[in-house]
Amino acid sequence: MSSNALGLAAVLLVTVATLAIGTWGLRFSRTTSDFFVASRSVHPGLNASAISGEYLSAASFLGIAGLVLSFGAEMLWYPVGWTAGYLVLLVLVAAPLRRSGAYTLPDFAEARLESRTVRTLASVMVVAIGWLYVMPQLQGAGVALRTATGLPGWAGGLVVAVVVLLNVLSGGMRSITFVQAFQYWLKLTALLLPLVFLVVVWLGDGGRSPADPSLFVGGESGTAWADPVDFAGGHPLYSTYSLMVATFLGTMGLPHVVVRFYTNPDGRAARQTTVAVLGLLGLFYVLPPVYAALGRLYAPDLVGTTGADGVVLELPSRMIGGTGGDLLTALLTAGAFAAFLATSSGLTVAVAGVITQDVMSKRVEGVTAFRLSAVVAVVVPFLLALVARDVAVATVVGLAFAMAAATFCPLLLLGIWWRGLTDAGAISGLFVGGALTGGAVVDNLLVDRDGGWFAALVSQPAAWAVPLAFATMVAVSRLTPHRLPAHTSRFMVRLHTPETVQLDRG
Amino acid sequence: MSHQGPDRAPARVRVTSPWTERPRLRPRATATSEIDAQSAVGEIYLRTLLRAQLRLALSILVVLVITVGMLPLLFALVPSLTSHHLLGMPVSWGMLAFGCYPVLLFLAWRYVRLAERNERAFARVVERS
Repeated sequence: MSSNALGLAAVLLVTVATLAIGTWGLRFSRTTSDFFVASRSVHPGLNASAISGEYLSAASFLGIAGLVLSFGAEMLWYPVGWTAGYLVLLVLVAAPLRRSGAYTLPDFAEARLESRTVRTLASVMVVAIGWLYVMPQLQGAGVALRTATGLPGWAGGLVVAVVVLLNVLSGGMRSITFVQAFQYWLKLTALLLPLVFLVVVWLGDGGRSPADPSLFVGGESGTAWADPVDFAGGHPLYSTYSLMVATFLGTMGLPHVVVRFYTNPDGRAARQTTVAVLGLLGLFYVLPPVYAALGRLYAPDLVGTTGADGVVLELPSRMIGGTGGDLLTALLTAGAFAAFLATSSGLTVAVAGVITQDVMSKRVEGVTAFRLSAVVAVVVPFLLALVARDVAVATVVGLAFAMAAATFCPLLLLGIWWRGLTDAGAISGLFVGGALTGGAVVDNLLVDRDGGWFAALVSQPAAWAVPLAFATMVAVSRLTPHRLPAHTSRFMVRLHTPETVQLDRG
Repeated sequence: MSHQGPDRAPARVRVTSPWTERPRLRPRATATSEIDAQSAVGEIYLRTLLRAQLRLALSILVVLVITVGMLPLLFALVPSLTSHHLLGMPVSWGMLAFGCYPVLLFLAWRYVRLAERNERAFARVVERS
């Protein structure tokens, strides 16, 4: 019972700290611009912590360790892809996106292509991807709270939903920045500190390698487990490369990632922020695989079960036990909750921003509209989390990446680097990419397939959906050259020239 | 601009011979004005910057593909990377779980240096002329 009480106390503490920092940040939030983009004046160091804090979701904190424990080293491609996605974002998108001067992805689409239809379609995609990404966060919160405190599964989701709402309602983007920066360092500490103790225990026990060929867990030898191209679907190379496409190209299209870039003062700062983010993510992502490896030795019964997502939280009590183990579990629970809160908050701000601008602001005034939208942005994924099939957190997040890669990646890349993009091309490309990946998502959430090419293609749709979306966008743009926006050149000047040069940027 | 108050005198218009005024009417064209006017010369300035940045981005991505991107193929073709252990773990595991991040960070750092150099070169050319 005492461990349950400690877990609850940890969740409570993170919640209170989050709300307190949010309220403190509120002192700086005065205008609508503060709410949406923190008035674009966040220092790269703080911003990088905030971006990393927001990006490291439940899938990173709990999901990776669970997946690596159950399925082996091939799941390590997830964290590698999530980090490499930032490199792709840095070299192709970061500075031009900031210089475009738009608030959100739909803003960018409209400014670049001068079309309300593109804007509407982009808004629909932002909301769809946002909800698809928040839903597993709330499910993961349920798993974490159940493991730590014994409360039923929906309770964790409810706690996260309520805290996110309170925080977003009170402070918007400005206070969220401080909250998320705090949450990055909390997550890193929460994962690093227990790991030190766990590794010491493991060494004391003789330090047996989890990849020992003679170690069989769940019928899988250590060698098979440690093989990085060994997907269960039977088409390991296809699945691995498709996952790479999704994560490398999907990062730039995630609504909460993109919105963060507008909070940089200028294009140069956007680049520096991104490099710092890469460092912080790399620092974090070396830790979850070690938990998975230890889990293979100390928690073999979790392999292949839905409880695998909780392996990070289970290890301290199994390896250390007593009050020390309970304290470490409490710390990990706190970190996990920081993960749910940070990502859900960021996505809520992004989705709410879009709903505000495209639906609410026609009916209600400024900040009130934003608050109403935030409620909508949280309640829908909470309801979705209640009805969806129990799918691993990282799998759903992977699908959200695939969807972003098949829709916003072509829009951003062609919009930034190719003058020939037309509104008709963008609309058809967004439609094709969104429909293909959307169909795959629905199939994944409703049907449980096993084996065969079709299952492999549907569970990792990026490798075929992304090229098709690109091809559609280019082909239709070529067929409709008369629809080229008149100000394309001026917009290119704005996207690519450094702010220090005095130019007419339209 | 178009409508002025009734109490204002009509704006003065200088009437001079086009031949005597011609040299003075054409200020020296600067690179920034060429870009602002979207002239052919301005287009060349912009296109040069765009191409340099795109070439840099693509070259970084090519390095990404032949380092991290080739790993699945490498692991599939050389299974001994998994059966051999180094520092207590399979070599492939070490490369994937720990080795990728320094490569990514190095590429990012390198990109930012070169991208800023491209921009400085552009600013120098445009502002000097």
